[in-house]
Amino acid sequence: MEWLDTFWATYSTLVLSLGTNVLLALSIYLTLSCGMLTVANAAFMGLGAYTAALLTLKSGMALWPAVVGGTLLPAIIALAIGRPTLRLSGVYLAMATLAFGEVVRIIILNSEELTGGALGLNAIPQLTEWYDIAAALIVALYVLLRLAQSRVGRTMLAIAQDETATELMGLNVRAYKLFAFVAGAGLAGLAGGLNAHFTFFISPNEYGFDHGVEILAMGVLGGTGSPWGAVIGGVLITLLPEMLRGLGDYRPLINGLILIVIILYSPKGLWELFRLARPIAPKTAL
Amino acid sequence: MLTLTNVSKSFGGLKVLDELSLTVAARGIFGLIGPNGAGKTTVFNLITGLLSPSAGTIEFLGKRLDGTAPFEITRRGVARTFQNIRVFKEMTLMENVLVALGDHPSYSVFSLLMPMPNSRQAETHEHERAGELLSRLGLAEKADRFAGTLSYGEQRRLEIARALATGPKLLLLDEPAAGMNSAEKRTLMDEIVKLDDGRLSILIIEHDMRFVMEICQRIAVLNFGRLIAQGTPAEIRANPEVVEAYLGQDDDLTDGRGGAAS
Repeated sequence: MEWLDTFWATYSTLVLSLGTNVLLALSIYLTLSCGMLTVANAAFMGLGAYTAALLTLKSGMALWPAVVGGTLLPAIIALAIGRPTLRLSGVYLAMATLAFGEVVRIIILNSEELTGGALGLNAIPQLTEWYDIAAALIVALYVLLRLAQSRVGRTMLAIAQDETATELMGLNVRAYKLFAFVAGAGLAGLAGGLNAHFTFFISPNEYGFDHGVEILAMGVLGGTGSPWGAVIGGVLITLLPEMLRGLGDYRPLINGLILIVIILYSPKGLWELFRLARPIAPKTAL
Repeated sequence: MLTLTNVSKSFGGLKVLDELSLTVAARGIFGLIGPNGAGKTTVFNLITGLLSPSAGTIEFLGKRLDGTAPFEITRRGVARTFQNIRVFKEMTLMENVLVALGDHPSYSVFSLLMPMPNSRQAETHEHERAGELLSRLGLAEKADRFAGTLSYGEQRRLEIARALATGPKLLLLDEPAAGMNSAEKRTLMDEIVKLDDGRLSILIIEHDMRFVMEICQRIAVLNFGRLIAQGTPAEIRANPEVVEAYLGQDDDLTDGRGGAAS
């Protein structure tokens, strides 16, 4: 098993980032599948990361209780800001969530006694093992796949297509959207909490606008038709830069070009290509 | 069953409805007609809660509807179709109807995380019910097709099936025959008449006069946001004000091609 040790020594960070990113892609899938364009997931991730890291650092908590704390806090905040914010739609919702993300970043930056400010939090215990991430991923994926196949998933798809028509089918559209937003925030917080416990160090700038857009790109490139789309998007956005490492200075350029080509040729995301390869009509129990 | 009392609606300075009072009986087919821009679709939007009245009240089964959330209004038994078709194009016909069968009060978003033993059975039952509704509107064979692939007329019928899935007591049809050829209209008339089974009231906006005169028991006529006449088809046909406002106009008002703002 020597090769495994070598592999792990070289790629453990990449594998763990892969897991984190797929969790983040799943978190944005939740809101995108309701047709909501939100970019606050990086901020929710940051909230989760700081909450969990502070819990282990300052009160010596074990990994999972701390991570649960890091899941709940962003979810509670999402619940509080969701009611007024989700009245908006389209680019207005994107702008409101963007502003929220900046507010979170600035608050973290300025609460120096607690968060270390711009210097970030150092020496976070490295408690996250590969199986912690794997477990979180499997549970999240299982729940979201069940959700997608259920009546809830069907309703979310309907909301994405026509909110007014869905509302007039007697469905509480606002409650569904709030649920997606809150669950997405919790999932992003979970990813943040786990991530913070293997990177050793976190700082506010990791959770800014750039990262928010990167998460959005995972969701959009992968496709919002199924949680599998998010998995594909998360894997692609993580691995593509690694595979292009040999290109040196041209790497970001080629990376960007590949993403543009994908979105031009499969505007509904990569998952749509897989879906089209299957029989068109889903089977029903008739 | 449905009572509008002195309902007015203004958009900025424009008064679209002016003190409209209207009563729809607990059964039968009721027609709402009038020239383009008379305010008919606004009436539907007010009843279903998409708009709230500037003045006046709307009551359904003795309870106020104005100020109630649209999804609540649907749950109380008011369903509608749309003048500009709004089926879920990227879903199958079956899925369109399943969405509308919906989550009635006992259902919670979280219950799916704890799979219930009888949930499979409930799912099968729902599929049966949806299939039934589709076949009532002559769409059973296309249940697995995407709604976007249907013809105009079929999409309008799918909207009716979907509206019925919400279990309405009052069904609002907004120009159900628009864009249909005369054979399709004939079939649709039969289907609508069959829906009138004594448990459902139907309120129809329609431009095709022959269509309205033939299937409605009572008709109300709107012009410039005001009710100018109400009565049986024969009374409406004989009303001089109606003839002047509507029937006497160009033939193209009677061929079923309505404008967007009616």
